[in-house]
Amino acid sequence: MDLELLIDALVAGLLLGGFYGALSLGLAIAFGLLDVPHIAHPAFALLGAYGAVLMQGWFGLDPVLSGLILALPFYALGVAVYSFYHTTFERRGTDAGLRGLAFFFGVAFVAEVILILLFGIDQRGVRAPYIGRALVLGEFRLPWRMLVASGVALAIAGAMALWLSRTYVGRAVQAVAQDATALSLLGADPVRVKRIGFGIATASVALSGALLVVVGPVEPGLARIYIGKVFAIVVLAGLGSVGGTVLAALLLGVIESVMLSSPVASWTPAVAFGLLLAVLGLRPQGLFGR
Amino acid sequence: MRSWVRFAAGGLVVLLLAALAARWLANDYLFFAAFVVLQFVVLATAWNILGGYGGYVNFGTGAFVATGAYAAVALQKLADLPLPLLVLAGTAAGAVLGSALGLLTLRLRGIYFAIATLAITIILETVVLNWDYVGGARGITLDRPHEDPFFGTYNRMLVVLMAGMAVVAVGIARWVGVSAFGRALSAIRDSEDAAEACGVPTLRRKVQAATLSGAMMGAAGAPLPLYLSFVDHTAAFGLNYAVSAMAMPMIGGTGHWIGPVIGAVLLGTAQQAVTVTISSEVNVLITGLLLIGFVVAAPRGILGWLGR
Amino acid sequence: MDKGVLGRRAVLATSFGATLAAPLVARSQPAGSPVRIGFSIAQTGTLAAGGRPSLLARQLWMHDVNARGGLLGRPVELVFYDDQTSAATSPAIYAKLLDVDRVDLLVGPYGTPVQAPIMPMARQRGKLLFGNFSFRANEEMRYDRYFNIAPFGATPDAWPGAFVRLAHRRGLKRLAIMVADAEGTVTLGAGARETARSLGMEVVYDQRYPFNTTEFSSVLRAVRSARPEAVYVGSFPNETAGIVRSVAEIGVGSSVQLFGGGMVGLQFAPLLESLGDAVNGLVNFQTYVPERTMEFPGIREFIDRYAVAAKAGGVDVLGFYLAPFNYAMGQVLEAAVKAVGSLEDEALSRHMKSAEFETVVGKIAFGPTGEWRDPRMVQVQFQGVRGTDVEQYRQAGRQVIVEPPELVSGELRMPFERARR
Repeated sequence: MDLELLIDALVAGLLLGGFYGALSLGLAIAFGLLDVPHIAHPAFALLGAYGAVLMQGWFGLDPVLSGLILALPFYALGVAVYSFYHTTFERRGTDAGLRGLAFFFGVAFVAEVILILLFGIDQRGVRAPYIGRALVLGEFRLPWRMLVASGVALAIAGAMALWLSRTYVGRAVQAVAQDATALSLLGADPVRVKRIGFGIATASVALSGALLVVVGPVEPGLARIYIGKVFAIVVLAGLGSVGGTVLAALLLGVIESVMLSSPVASWTPAVAFGLLLAVLGLRPQGLFGR
Repeated sequence: MRSWVRFAAGGLVVLLLAALAARWLANDYLFFAAFVVLQFVVLATAWNILGGYGGYVNFGTGAFVATGAYAAVALQKLADLPLPLLVLAGTAAGAVLGSALGLLTLRLRGIYFAIATLAITIILETVVLNWDYVGGARGITLDRPHEDPFFGTYNRMLVVLMAGMAVVAVGIARWVGVSAFGRALSAIRDSEDAAEACGVPTLRRKVQAATLSGAMMGAAGAPLPLYLSFVDHTAAFGLNYAVSAMAMPMIGGTGHWIGPVIGAVLLGTAQQAVTVTISSEVNVLITGLLLIGFVVAAPRGILGWLGR
Repeated sequence: MDKGVLGRRAVLATSFGATLAAPLVARSQPAGSPVRIGFSIAQTGTLAAGGRPSLLARQLWMHDVNARGGLLGRPVELVFYDDQTSAATSPAIYAKLLDVDRVDLLVGPYGTPVQAPIMPMARQRGKLLFGNFSFRANEEMRYDRYFNIAPFGATPDAWPGAFVRLAHRRGLKRLAIMVADAEGTVTLGAGARETARSLGMEVVYDQRYPFNTTEFSSVLRAVRSARPEAVYVGSFPNETAGIVRSVAEIGVGSSVQLFGGGMVGLQFAPLLESLGDAVNGLVNFQTYVPERTMEFPGIREFIDRYAVAAKAGGVDVLGFYLAPFNYAMGQVLEAAVKAVGSLEDEALSRHMKSAEFETVVGKIAFGPTGEWRDPRMVQVQFQGVRGTDVEQYRQAGRQVIVEPPELVSGELRMPFERARR
């Protein structure tokens, strides 16, 4: 592979990785910090994507703007889902993990069928001035939609990092990950903290879902493709670290991109997930974990 | 001991009925449907050994089925081995995969094992896609006999074989349920730390359970290519395997060996019936809703209603 | 082998919807026990986009044949189930069709792998099997009661080779092949490679990318750096959309004269609608387009009637690729049953091997493996497409036939970067 192609692949990979980061940040909180096995996370992102499609059809809104607006109802959705999850599974103890996983798996499955029933299996896309154009920098041509996706991803990451470190609830969410009992001794209700945290995580999913449809058209089965990727990123990152999640996402993006422009392109999926297995076996605290 | 005699007698009756039906019933369709349902009895029972008894979720049933199926395909192509050896090879391949995944991730919390099973599904599918010897992306047509000297057609013989495997699988699950091994798994499910403190070698027991479960799934996968006389990655890695093998024990009840059997027979039959009466979409929806409904409202499955 | 773009809606308010849900029974004047035609057809799964138009066309034929008095004076009934586009479900369905529903005539599923397990079943029962666009399905088995309604022909390169021959005829020497790592596209890539080798063209890039890749910038950069003159693309609808978008953004380089060949999805209205004028310049396969060289008797009327029914049912409104051929399948069966005077598989097969059939897609004659004796896959170039309205494709000149020579209906525009504008 010549140098120019390699640089091209690296740049494209960073952009792709930024987008993966946006998809993974919500899960980094929901699963990494709050310990909810949210297998349905990409399915929720897909709901956000279809939301953006609908909002454009009804009001002609820009998809990213739609994502920001949808963040509000998604926050409520997240709060509702967590409350339900808590009363049904967490409080029952013993094999909550098993049933929780099965529950979210079922939710993802049902969400897909409902999307099919509502929208058909047609691909749905959106229009925006930054879709289908490229930024030309000398020899380099960078698709604007990828630039937008990774830019928004960085914004989400920055906002989350600030929220986690600067606000009371954010700090409490981090604390709940370490020691829920200690937190309750300090007078904070861990369930309330987790509810808000899950709400925020789900709100970010609305925005990343909008990015999903900016990057390419969506169809109801799309979420499945991303389940493995987002969990790989969150685990690679070391649970719950915002910076680590972004780094892991960029790493996955670059690996995929370089592989895709190499002579062994068809092995790309195996390499990304082989890395995940290796990390699970050798360094389960994640590449960037403590 | 007497209960074992009864179980063995029951198993024999099931097998005998299957054989008699295969010999004399005219309708081939029943056998095609029965193959699928019996395969799910094995898969759900296998899933439950690790998932129900041990509390470790496997999302990769499809990967195990495919491992068994492709082990059989490769050996059939390589050496044209007889069917029992192909099933044995599928069993061994499934066992190896189960123990490898177990050793890799069972030291960690359960969710990591679940994620690893998702990852291994994608990795193995990529391997199959790039492995032209077993057909790669195009799939492979198998050269196998269509007649069977005793049962008439080869597929009927496969149904009897699958019935035998179901009886054996359920027998194993039944044994696990009452053995010290099974009690160790239950202790692990309830509290891993407590089990460790009580002297249970948790890692070893978990790896053993993963190996056993994987072996049974691999065995159930081995006859698949012969049954279809063709196999490709979409058929072998089908998502329905992952969902149904989990949903069936959840619906039937995970605590007892009969739970997965009840779930597999009910849900498997319903899926077959819905496919040819209403539509596949509804089929998928029903499976998903039943899974959610049972985990939320009836955590002990149908057995919970029956008060067992 | 097409992966689906086109929609399925399980809940349809129309009468067409009701027929999707359960085996369909329609009766008119003809009397007696119905002639039952059985098949599975993808209503869900990756191939549903092609399954739906196929089914609708068969239903139109059923309506017509019953209005004409049915087959052998008996009404025709279609018995069908959804196979979810999976080879794991089709054997049980066909066993049910044969043993429980006791259908008289058997039609294959849509999708080559889905049909694969059915071939040995049909042979074992001695049933005539009419395939619906399965590719190279009977090459090895050579079952003498198998027929395919698709105009692929028996030679492996007839379909993918057309693009390569076009490139060769235009004096292009450097070919790139990029295909999805999936059934169908891999087969297409192999055909393109074989043809290139036999014509002495140099293959400068030959890669499979993972199925369901979403972002194609990296792949296209690698293709561009190989400086090909023609790029053969085998892709499924999701990827076709991604590739077309990436081409618009980052280009494929000035060396490329021809681009396309095996892009699935451009045959169906939903993808054309979402891509709009970004398709201009692409050269790609088709089976039928409304160009002056393909004006078969009855085709216009059929396409118009189909469009009305498709709009009501939420199915692909254009239906060029599959629908006319599935209607023709009915016409072939109708003519054969009439000529033979019975539903007997052996006699029907013998007749179909020797006779020539007049259909809405022209004259059809079958060769020894049941494929069309004279293959008729065309390569079209998208030209002058404006906006996203798919109704414009009903005019001639939007999908100009550029291969094979005897069907050419317009000028091929090259190089690719100029043809795109």
